[in-house]
Amino acid sequence: MKRLNSNQNHGKLPVLLSVKGNGSHAYNSMTMVNWLASMPWWTPVLLMTALILWPHVAWAGSNYTAGDALDALWRWAPFLIKSGFLFNILISFLVLAVGTVGGVLLGLGQISLSKPVRAVSWFITQLFRNSPWLVILFVVMLLVPYEIKLFGYNFFFPDWMKAVFGLSLPIIANISEIVRGAVQSVPNTQWEAAEAMAFTRNQTLWKIILPQCFKRMIPPWMNWYAILTMATPLISILGVEEIVNLSRQAIEAEDNHPELLIPFYSFVLILFFAYCYPIARLTVRLERKFAVKL
Amino acid sequence: MQLSDSWSPSDPIVSIKNVHKSFGALEVLKGISMDIMKGEVICIIGPSGSGKSTLIRCINALNDIQSGSITVEGQEVHDPALDKLLLRKKVGMVFQQYNLFPHKTALENVMMAPLLVLKEDEDEVEARARKLIKKVKLEGKEDNYPGELSGGQQQRVAIARSLAMQPDVMLFDEVTAALDPETVKEVLVTIKELAADGMTCILVTHEMGFAKEVADHIYFTDRGVIVEHGSPDVFFDNAKDPRTQEFLSQIL
Repeated sequence: MKRLNSNQNHGKLPVLLSVKGNGSHAYNSMTMVNWLASMPWWTPVLLMTALILWPHVAWAGSNYTAGDALDALWRWAPFLIKSGFLFNILISFLVLAVGTVGGVLLGLGQISLSKPVRAVSWFITQLFRNSPWLVILFVVMLLVPYEIKLFGYNFFFPDWMKAVFGLSLPIIANISEIVRGAVQSVPNTQWEAAEAMAFTRNQTLWKIILPQCFKRMIPPWMNWYAILTMATPLISILGVEEIVNLSRQAIEAEDNHPELLIPFYSFVLILFFAYCYPIARLTVRLERKFAVKL
Repeated sequence: MQLSDSWSPSDPIVSIKNVHKSFGALEVLKGISMDIMKGEVICIIGPSGSGKSTLIRCINALNDIQSGSITVEGQEVHDPALDKLLLRKKVGMVFQQYNLFPHKTALENVMMAPLLVLKEDEDEVEARARKLIKKVKLEGKEDNYPGELSGGQQQRVAIARSLAMQPDVMLFDEVTAALDPETVKEVLVTIKELAADGMTCILVTHEMGFAKEVADHIYFTDRGVIVEHGSPDVFFDNAKDPRTQEFLSQIL
């Protein structure tokens, strides 16, 4: 087997071989954004055209035409965007806010001088980074009560709040890793120089180290925003009325014609694409820009 | 303000006594002693791996020691009760790789420590920083970022940055080793002027010509011990130990 490989590679030194050619894949957290950004902008249009034409053929015998289906979509679209998609975007902002604050704190915990703090932060990070999001959502849904009585006050946790919390956990963990990685990418000598000039650890971290790696954190941070935005429909299974949930309700209101499924869900797909595609392109551009500089 | 009340300027400003330092099983300093008086310029030379850099990094407590004693202005450096920040205000250090803060301009690099650590008045600090940049002959480069400066220029900013803390002792850790030959001179001239102003300087260096010209005292270390020391004239012309002779014959 080894012999065969070396023949195929025409005796090139191993270091000269492309990684892809070897069939091994290095893990790259930016894969999703890179893939999205690599698509031409008209991809969903092409996809939708094909999908709309298909039921035309499939249900040619039915009275309900693709024209009727599109008509229904046309009537529902403003409601789906306003009450559905914008709500998804709102959720994504909330998750990003909670995830960023929590992730930065947890990331700083991972580089803390205190060993217990470091260990706990590392454990939380790994736990939520490596758990399926859906499982996390279910656990949060079942464990967090609707109402908590504390010091004589009633605190309510409606479903959307639990959903934000549940989606935030994996984001917190991933942003924690971004922060840890970025801080550790700054050469040790910077810490040393600051130490020799009597800076305290906090001053060094906030005035010298973090400002240097701030730029480096932006592309992966945006990458996670795109991922989490596309994950917001997950909360539909928790009963939160976001776009996928409302689309299903709309289809039901239109007498559950199967011809409606493809136009309605394709519409959802296009909305997400239209929102995330520019973010992905910008992320990839920023990543290249910051990678060259540094 | 000095570090210890019992110290008077006629005592050694830095006193190193029988210092031992190990990294795990590897002992890099095996009983080093030296006294440095205020205003003296000391050059520590020797083959790589002889423990020179480790030694000066022990003086400002960037490295700890296993046994022995190092005092700066009478204050024991490795006293666990000592506020290390207090020590580092007195002892400035310049590194081989300059280690400027890349996100700050030359002027900001010089101003940062006095502002944040000493909490001095901003106008005063800026005036002092501009004067220091002038002193290291970098007028007009105040607003340049380190990435826009040559190695020699960056190293001179690094020297100004250390001086901005108004230290009593300056440590130079092979500050010209990473520089192009043509920029080495400008950095050495800066250090020479500093020495002429009466600054106590401890240098680890491979620049023998410079050591001969500027140093008051030369220490030759090899494998963690001081093999030989003396004034430059005696040291360079009449080295007694065969190890010193061999080293000098290779380098001169």
